Amino acid sequence: MTKSMEILREGSGELLGWHDPDENRAWVRDHKPRGLIDKRMSVTQAVTKFVRDGDFIALGGFGHVRVPMSLVYEIIRQGRRDLAIAGKTAVHDIDLLIGAGCVSRVECAYSFGHELRGLSPSGRRAVESGQVKVVAELSNASYQWRFLAGMMGVPFIPVRNLGGTDTFAKSSAKQVRDPWSGKPVTLLPAAYPDVALFHVPRCDKYGNAQIDGILVEDFELARAARRVIITTEQIIDEEQTRHDPRQTAIPFYVVDAVCEVPFGAHPSQMPYLYYFDELHIRGWLEQSTTEAGAKEYFDKYVFGVKDFNEYLGLVGGTKLFERLKQIEQLQSPLMDIDEGKG
Amino acid sequence: MTMRKVDPVPPNARYTLAEMLSCVAARLLDDNRSVFVGTGLPMIASMLAQRTSAPKMLIIFEAGGVGPQVPVLPISVGDSRTFHRAVAASSMHDVMSAAQAGYIDYGFLGAAAMDAYGNINTTVIGDWAKPKVRLPGSGGANDIGSFCWRTMYIMRGQSKRTFMNKLDFVTTPGYLGGPGQREQAGLPAGCGPYRVITQLGVYGFDEVTKRLMLISLHPGVTVDEVQANSEFEILVPADVSATEPPTEDERRILHEIDPTGLVLGK
Repeated sequence: MTKSMEILREGSGELLGWHDPDENRAWVRDHKPRGLIDKRMSVTQAVTKFVRDGDFIALGGFGHVRVPMSLVYEIIRQGRRDLAIAGKTAVHDIDLLIGAGCVSRVECAYSFGHELRGLSPSGRRAVESGQVKVVAELSNASYQWRFLAGMMGVPFIPVRNLGGTDTFAKSSAKQVRDPWSGKPVTLLPAAYPDVALFHVPRCDKYGNAQIDGILVEDFELARAARRVIITTEQIIDEEQTRHDPRQTAIPFYVVDAVCEVPFGAHPSQMPYLYYFDELHIRGWLEQSTTEAGAKEYFDKYVFGVKDFNEYLGLVGGTKLFERLKQIEQLQSPLMDIDEGKG
Repeated sequence: MTMRKVDPVPPNARYTLAEMLSCVAARLLDDNRSVFVGTGLPMIASMLAQRTSAPKMLIIFEAGGVGPQVPVLPISVGDSRTFHRAVAASSMHDVMSAAQAGYIDYGFLGAAAMDAYGNINTTVIGDWAKPKVRLPGSGGANDIGSFCWRTMYIMRGQSKRTFMNKLDFVTTPGYLGGPGQREQAGLPAGCGPYRVITQLGVYGFDEVTKRLMLISLHPGVTVDEVQANSEFEILVPADVSATEPPTEDERRILHEIDPTGLVLGK
């Protein structure tokens, strides 16, 4: 006779992105590329092909670091709607997507704030008015462990955080008794986002992607997501991949599209290459205090340009990126947030 | 007693509140220990400790920075400064697992609202489903407050609105409802909140009741003022010490760390 595990407590949060592990294995078998295929395409093609209305989406990087912004702008440009976003510490990306009306649901570990820069006017307005619904709470560690379970192909992963808090009560986690220690243990359900988006410094045409500096949770997320789009500062030759295979953080067989987009993380930071564009971020935070201001921002930077190259020219071009490179490489002091004024 | 706004920095003082909070916090960190650091004042305090009393302290950031020699104040816990001259540029899974496995002595966070047991709310003001103010949520705070042996908090604005009897939302666990409750909720045994630094003083937690207890008063602050700025009763032991103000050396180093005044102010 089968007896299911006794559930001690369970959160009431919506379960986003979970699949039965056998269902997901079959999906992977039928859809993921095992052959070395040239996956280069434009950002426009990648979003057209792999991002659908209603999808559950997760973006790589962390906060304002190594965020695939060219894909964010393209999703806005193509008018995707009703997206559910993994607020896995999603900051600038989610704020713009919400401001442009693309998002209906968020599972929140950290969103609606810009760390030291303050709260998000746009994200707050949407949640406080009910336009966007937070369907579950979580923490940063828990979110990446949901991806770890997805990557491993197991239905859940046991962890020892969340217990006793409202974060647990509003999560999709459950608590059971650990059959070994006899203690209560929290089970996090696996998460398989429909699409995960990343920006990396180097990637070959097959999708073998390299990351410099911290991986955050990109290792786990890329392997858990059903579809993966990579934007890269530079496309490298296959020989470069094979010369130092330890550098591959994301392997080709989990990747569906590769797009070459220099400066594709602007205005977020690309470790070793360019610093946060604090003036641009501040501009968005100021403009997005009203819906009309947010609309002006999108009209100028998304709908008013034909592609990301034109956007780069508009935000400051070569001169700006030389300056951001110097700051990132500590050859120039931090950008003073007042320097663009007056 | 009449309520008045307490200014913890005497009128003729040569330091600011942010400087004092950073210095007090830095002095609580031990050398040769590990600390998991959040954004803002905890960052600047950890960097000050690394440059003064705790040069071999292991600083860890939640996005994967391990053992950095941070050159200048990072804006984010994922900023490339958080792995500058680090011993490892790793991942969130790696560092959160280290914390869960017991490697991290101190957690160090900012907080918006706290109750008598050191539980923290950074999620929402008002009703969760229909919030008056939506705050960012846990981030790594629930993890740090769950896993680190001793968690410390800095709050700039202690008042009846931030030291509350009942939080609108418990984002991060303190001692929950009292002794033994963390363990009953499945959290790792033997850890929890350790120190709270506000603009008025430094607090610890009573060993028996696990309730907030005054340890030290900042210059010019009285016990009455501490109590008047809290909805719940703060335990006051017979012996309360006086906070040492920042030294000129500490102040100089702080402004080297944060030359543009991101956290310290202009």
